[in-house]
Amino acid sequence: MLGLIASIPYWAQSLLRVLGGIVAVLLPAGTIVYVFLFKMMSFMQSRLGPMEAGPFGSLQLFAEVGKWLQKEDLYPERADRFIFKIAPLIVLSSTFLLVAVVPFGPDAWFTNFEAGVFYALAVSSVSVLGILIAGWASANKYSLLGGLRAAGQLIAYELPMVLAVIGVVIQAGTMNLQQIVVAQNAGSIFGWDGLGNPYILTQFVGFVIFMIAVQAELTQTPFDMPIAESELVSGYMTEYSGFRFLIFFIGEFATAGVFALIASILFLGGWGVPFAWFGWTSIDSIDNWMNVVGPLIMFTKMMLLVFIIMWVRFSYPRFREDQLQRFAWKVLIPLSLVNIMATSVLKVAF
Amino acid sequence: MTMLGDRQQLAYIASQAADARVNVELETEGMTLNIGPQHPATHGTLRIIARLDGEQVLWAEPSCGYMHRGYEKLTEVRTFPQVTALINRIDWLGSFANEVPFILAAEQLMGIEAPPRAQWIRTILFELSRIANVSLFLGDLGVQLGAITPVFFAFRDREYVLNLIEGATGGRFHPNFDRIGGLKDDLPAGWIDETRAVMRKMRKFCDEIEGLLFGNEIFEARTRGIGVIPRDVALQYGLSGANLRGSGVDWDLRRDQKLPMAWDKIDWKVWTHPDGDSYARCWIRLQEVRESTFIVEKLLDSLPSGPVMAKVPRIIKVPEGEAWVATENPLGEMGYYVVSKGELGPFRVKIRSASFNNISIVPWLLKGVYVPDIITILASLYFILGDIDR
Repeated sequence: MLGLIASIPYWAQSLLRVLGGIVAVLLPAGTIVYVFLFKMMSFMQSRLGPMEAGPFGSLQLFAEVGKWLQKEDLYPERADRFIFKIAPLIVLSSTFLLVAVVPFGPDAWFTNFEAGVFYALAVSSVSVLGILIAGWASANKYSLLGGLRAAGQLIAYELPMVLAVIGVVIQAGTMNLQQIVVAQNAGSIFGWDGLGNPYILTQFVGFVIFMIAVQAELTQTPFDMPIAESELVSGYMTEYSGFRFLIFFIGEFATAGVFALIASILFLGGWGVPFAWFGWTSIDSIDNWMNVVGPLIMFTKMMLLVFIIMWVRFSYPRFREDQLQRFAWKVLIPLSLVNIMATSVLKVAF
Repeated sequence: MTMLGDRQQLAYIASQAADARVNVELETEGMTLNIGPQHPATHGTLRIIARLDGEQVLWAEPSCGYMHRGYEKLTEVRTFPQVTALINRIDWLGSFANEVPFILAAEQLMGIEAPPRAQWIRTILFELSRIANVSLFLGDLGVQLGAITPVFFAFRDREYVLNLIEGATGGRFHPNFDRIGGLKDDLPAGWIDETRAVMRKMRKFCDEIEGLLFGNEIFEARTRGIGVIPRDVALQYGLSGANLRGSGVDWDLRRDQKLPMAWDKIDWKVWTHPDGDSYARCWIRLQEVRESTFIVEKLLDSLPSGPVMAKVPRIIKVPEGEAWVATENPLGEMGYYVVSKGELGPFRVKIRSASFNNISIVPWLLKGVYVPDIITILASLYFILGDIDR
């Protein structure tokens, strides 16, 4: 597989990778919107959801996208136009940057570099910038409040997320996402390797903290004050309509998908199956068909994690801004520090 | 000693100066935020003018009148039976309850009383409109606090109650069923059994909401201790309904006054809560929906037979006089002061609606709270715009 890619010219390789990146962002985003936002939410709320466009409303999303694209590109009179226009693109670009390090199979990756975890956590906070300037440039008081809340919240929850991942990094001994996947699937639990060693078992506290931080990072309920439809009327997105809102919308769900992908790599074993099942020993001995099956496994795990995110989103009320900050600084961060300490001690002990 | 004292004093002055400098540097400009007239949290077109410092409210003031429809004036050019069609629309979620006090006032002026069966059915429909009204509040409460699912349960289950009201009166939202001297019709066949089934459903709905919202830690964190109204303040501002009972005042017009209605014929409980915060107000409403289902069931058990209409003249002329009748509506005390000059229609009607008095406490209550708490407090005070502006 890798040989096949290496045999084509560099520009074609790059084009393939870009197309792959677009598919890897948009396909999960569309699936998440249909399966969870349209259907699961409707079933939870004892209604059917969209039923007209396509079988069981499965083409509803295309209808919605068409509607958004047809709308006029409106901006407020006193808005800072240039910044107002690029803000959604910045938010979405953070998603594309994030997906670049996600490995989907033994050879199916966009980039594979050593500081993958570090890079992922770093670019995930680019979206804060987009949200903040969207709130500022809208020249709207609600947007401004939403943008400020978003900035405070996203920065506060960046920290527990990083600290939760450190436990995984310590246990795997690498910051390369591909190596973390291999370490989990090649590992064993007290000598039994039938399940590999997915870090959700040993790093359960880290997993929970990570998922809570993801929930906050995505500004999903119960951490959705920056959007807060009933008080801030959608916060920083208030003034956006048409395709700029569409970009925010795609960004929201694509980021949910990509964060779920990263969580599945860090805690659920990523694209791999336990190596013992097929007698593999290292990454080089993996059969080529894993490059096709791997993405499917990733996709399944992603849907599972997004299901949890959305389940919480549709059933909880939202926190208040100060309660959220208190929760981050007084509960999550100390807990993740304890987790890091316990992991280090156990790592040295075993 | 003096040296040390001086030094301490100097240090103190220096620290004060530093604080002052920091304060000057950090001095922020306030921001006036218009919440409404078009805002999802205002249930219509209420406007709250809030002066903010960051996210903290310095002062806030409700500005109402965006939906004023002039009902008090309109009643003067209607005949007595026509007025019910108007006043149905005051609190549009619990329409039947609006008709009752007006009809009672007219009956009081004419010196007639509805037959027992009519009184019973009036009370049942009154409680059904309370259930329909407050169950929607319970769902909407979730939306205000960010939980989007409960409101759909509320809409789903309220529909059963609205079907009952429609079955009995013909009007889903605006029954216009109450007549001077009784009711337009008797109950249709099979209605009583269906009502019993729906009351069981509504109790299940209450359990569901209790589990979804009231048992939720985030909900408690958002409502407990927020918007506390002490007992004396609640009395001073003339609050009524669950807002008053949530402050620990045991006051319910259904029990505390003698009216030709059926509430005093059965046993039921008036719920109060000592805390006076948003949680208490919401909790009281939940308990009241549950209590109303029991009231309806007990009234159905003891429903007397007989006519539903007293003997009234074909053309209703209300004798000269003045009457004040108030009842405990879903939103609180709702009363009509009816002045008649012996003609076909009223000379003057003063409508005392609960929400108008209930939101008068908003400036006092919103002082110093944070923006998200504005929403919690407004939601827990539970007003309906039609009831404020009339």
